[in-house]
Amino acid sequence: MGSEFVTLSLTPLLIGIFAAVACALPGNFLLLRKQALIGDAISHVALPGIVVAFLLTGAISTWPMMLGAAGAAVVAVVMIEAIRRLGRIEPGAAMGVVFTTLFAAGVLLLEQSDTSSVHLDVEHALYGNLESLIWLDGTGWGSLLDPQALAYLPVELPRMAATLVVVAGFIALFWRPLKIATFDESFARTIGMRTDLLGLALVITAAIAAVAAFDAVGSIIVIAMFICPPAAARMMTNRLELQIAWSVAFATLSAIIGYVLAGYGPLWIGMGDAVSAAGMIATISGVILAIAAMFGPCRGRAGAPSGV
Amino acid sequence: MLIDALFLQMGYNATLVAIGAALLGAASGITGTFLFLRKRALVSDAVSHATLPGVCVAFLVLVALGGDGRNLAALLTGSAVSAGLGLLCMNWLTRNTRLAEDAAIGAVLSVFFGFGVVLLTVIQTLGVGRQAGLEGFLLGSTAGMLYTDALVIAGGGAAVLFLVLLTRRPMTMVAFDPEYAAARGLPVSKIDMLMMGLVMAVTVVGLKVVGLILIVALLIIPPVAARFWTERADQVVILAGVLGALAAYLGAAISASAPNLPTGPIIVLMSFALFALSLLVAPNRGVLAAVLRHQRFQRRLHMRQGLLALAQDQTIYEPLTLRLLSRAGLVRADGVATRSGQARAAKALRDERRWDILRRDQAQEAAAALYDGLREIETVLTPDQIAAIDREIGTPKEAF
Amino acid sequence: MQLSLASQNGQAAREPGLETSPLAIRGLTVSYGEKPAVFSVDMTVVPGQMTAIIGPNGAGKSTLLKAALGIVPPVSGRVQVFGRPLDHQRGRIAYVPQRASVDWDFPTRVIDVVMMGLYRELGLLGRIRGTHRQIASDCLDRVGMSEFADRQIGQLSGGQQQRVFLARALAQGADLYLLDEPFAGVDAATEKAIIGVLKALRAEGKTVVVVHHDLATVRDYFDNVFLINTRKVAEGSVAEAFTPDTLQSAYGGRLATAQIDQIARPA
Repeated sequence: MGSEFVTLSLTPLLIGIFAAVACALPGNFLLLRKQALIGDAISHVALPGIVVAFLLTGAISTWPMMLGAAGAAVVAVVMIEAIRRLGRIEPGAAMGVVFTTLFAAGVLLLEQSDTSSVHLDVEHALYGNLESLIWLDGTGWGSLLDPQALAYLPVELPRMAATLVVVAGFIALFWRPLKIATFDESFARTIGMRTDLLGLALVITAAIAAVAAFDAVGSIIVIAMFICPPAAARMMTNRLELQIAWSVAFATLSAIIGYVLAGYGPLWIGMGDAVSAAGMIATISGVILAIAAMFGPCRGRAGAPSGV
Repeated sequence: MLIDALFLQMGYNATLVAIGAALLGAASGITGTFLFLRKRALVSDAVSHATLPGVCVAFLVLVALGGDGRNLAALLTGSAVSAGLGLLCMNWLTRNTRLAEDAAIGAVLSVFFGFGVVLLTVIQTLGVGRQAGLEGFLLGSTAGMLYTDALVIAGGGAAVLFLVLLTRRPMTMVAFDPEYAAARGLPVSKIDMLMMGLVMAVTVVGLKVVGLILIVALLIIPPVAARFWTERADQVVILAGVLGALAAYLGAAISASAPNLPTGPIIVLMSFALFALSLLVAPNRGVLAAVLRHQRFQRRLHMRQGLLALAQDQTIYEPLTLRLLSRAGLVRADGVATRSGQARAAKALRDERRWDILRRDQAQEAAAALYDGLREIETVLTPDQIAAIDREIGTPKEAF
Repeated sequence: MQLSLASQNGQAAREPGLETSPLAIRGLTVSYGEKPAVFSVDMTVVPGQMTAIIGPNGAGKSTLLKAALGIVPPVSGRVQVFGRPLDHQRGRIAYVPQRASVDWDFPTRVIDVVMMGLYRELGLLGRIRGTHRQIASDCLDRVGMSEFADRQIGQLSGGQQQRVFLARALAQGADLYLLDEPFAGVDAATEKAIIGVLKALRAEGKTVVVVHHDLATVRDYFDNVFLINTRKVAEGSVAEAFTPDTLQSAYGGRLATAQIDQIARPA
């Protein structure tokens, strides 16, 4: 665990952890608002957003693409709301209509545009490429203090860290309104809270987390991290504050165990190559959820006696 | 080219794809309707993502047995097994934990899909090129549809349709009102399972054509579109089948007519076009109809409130009310009632009095329940009944 | 009996009541779809007293309250709270929603729910001080729920949940209290506790408006009634407006004449 770890594993591991936590934080509220699948929808519609950004700018550059993905997420959320209200359709079905359509449009655009020569394909979007985010200049723990080496950190690391700060900042700043509006929306409205704007802000925050993570680690982690760590945390406690803490712990744990298992697991059982870290992280988060669902102290619905 | 394709003049393969896709569209539209009416549309999302690990495991097993891993029947069996497993996990989570269904759906789809991705990378390490057939399962590929593939799809689609035909009554009842169905002695959980089984079958069959992400679209969009046109469950089912078939057929034909038009996405976009059309122009539930109705409603409401205010010599401040009244020639520009305005106002007030009598009458409870401030009393009572009420009121002056 | 059929569709500051009433509603129409649930209703709540909103099921009682609070949008009409528009007076109103309107499996404790009532005071990041905690625990004490402060809310009985909601409203320190069916499905002890608190509020000069369904207790609990069945049927003191005649108008065929006589006759 020396220089090789710093070079090959430190940065992907940190990026994985930051991405997992950034998604799990808003995931807690989405879960309680019965909007858990918004994360799923956002990560599907990021594809057309990225393709459109690519077609407009003609280059693979990060910021336009992230803007494109975020824009697509907002478009999707607006479309879902519009279809739900105008057509009086239940939210799940409205979501299904929108994200499948936008995803199909993304695939079509991708096929139409000649992007095969550049690094933009559906599989990358799904699995990401966590393993490749290595830090060549990080030759040992000492490099952490070496400005020259730090300058060559994979750009995803500071970007993901910044995203995490933004997401955590939003949750911390709006903690009280989020909690009140999630628990009792009509009460929140009577004390003058703009619950519609707050809900939109939450979804946009989730979209920011999803898009940043999407670029670095692929959509599959994003969907898993929005749901599995908060869901597992739900089984552990009856207090929102603690639930958030548990979800952060579970997200971190999934990222670490998943990354290590993907990298070293196959070697341990005598196979040659590593497997997808993104897929493994999602799998581990599912294992954690399964364990929590079977043994968590608060896994059952609180026995709210109805009536008298 | 497009005309040729639409009329099946594009050669054997394109014709095969178009017919196969239409069958699949019909089967998924019909099956998806039950899911949609049961308010569980997104379960299909979980089912379709949960097929991936099964496909991969089947592939690995085939390779381990010495095959090349491209046996469609075996891959589809594998996908069915893992989708079934996914469904069981989902049901277990919603029944035995505090998680709501949407969370269970998301958990199953992401974890199963993630595990499938892990297996995909395992397959990749076995040797480049050998996984060639598997990418199609993600996004679909009809270009290379073989005769045997088409047979699987046609057979699967027909089997699903047949099963739906047999079980449509109990399934409709459960989808519409599960509690009533349970009270009638129907085995709701078994019928739910059957519903899921059918969804699974459609998903598995559709994997090869549109891929696991886009099959969800075929299960959700046609039923949602069909719902706009009718209030009757049986008609929604049939219409969803028709719309699904139409979208798939059109999509397949368009995609055959030009290069670089992948079938799956085109089919999905076609269904969305049909959906958008339904959303806008469907009579009754469509947006245009609703907007017109709402405007008419608002005018009637303001008219009525305005007339009642006139009748009681109250000043009207709301601009819309004033505008409507003066446009109808019922008030002058200064807000004073015209002669016809006075007459209409008196009539409105008298109708309210009549309603008041009616609503006190215990024998007229059903008619009284129709009162909403706008309903014309003539639509509820016969002239004789109204005359009887008028005798009770006396002359209008005495009412005050 | 007052019969106000239509209303003034607009402001009329000269009108008695509008300037001083804790809650004045004029020409309010609310519609779900194409059928008005509340049609052209005027209401003037008397300050410092307890008013019951009564009427048959589906008569628009809760809808009236929700529209008054801006929770559902009206088609027409206006609402004034202490003589000013609602948005300027949010701090003076406390609302107790129907118990069934929230998810009681939500991960939070009783005391946290009561603290929500202090949000307007605390703001986004205001520090929770000892005085705030004291207010919250006093409010819990007033509804007799102190011993449950650290319980998860899902572990309470229906009546206890209702009391927690009331405690949250008390923490808001409002002048006007609006309660939606607080006595629905609660035990006798809770009903007694709640009415005790409401009467104490009245004694402090606060105004209380309750959507109420139990005609038998109207006389004991309330000073005024507001009878509604889509439109206003009657409004006034219990003695004036809660009569066999008005009840017949509001309930029509849904109450037998014998029942009405029994309920509406002063004891």
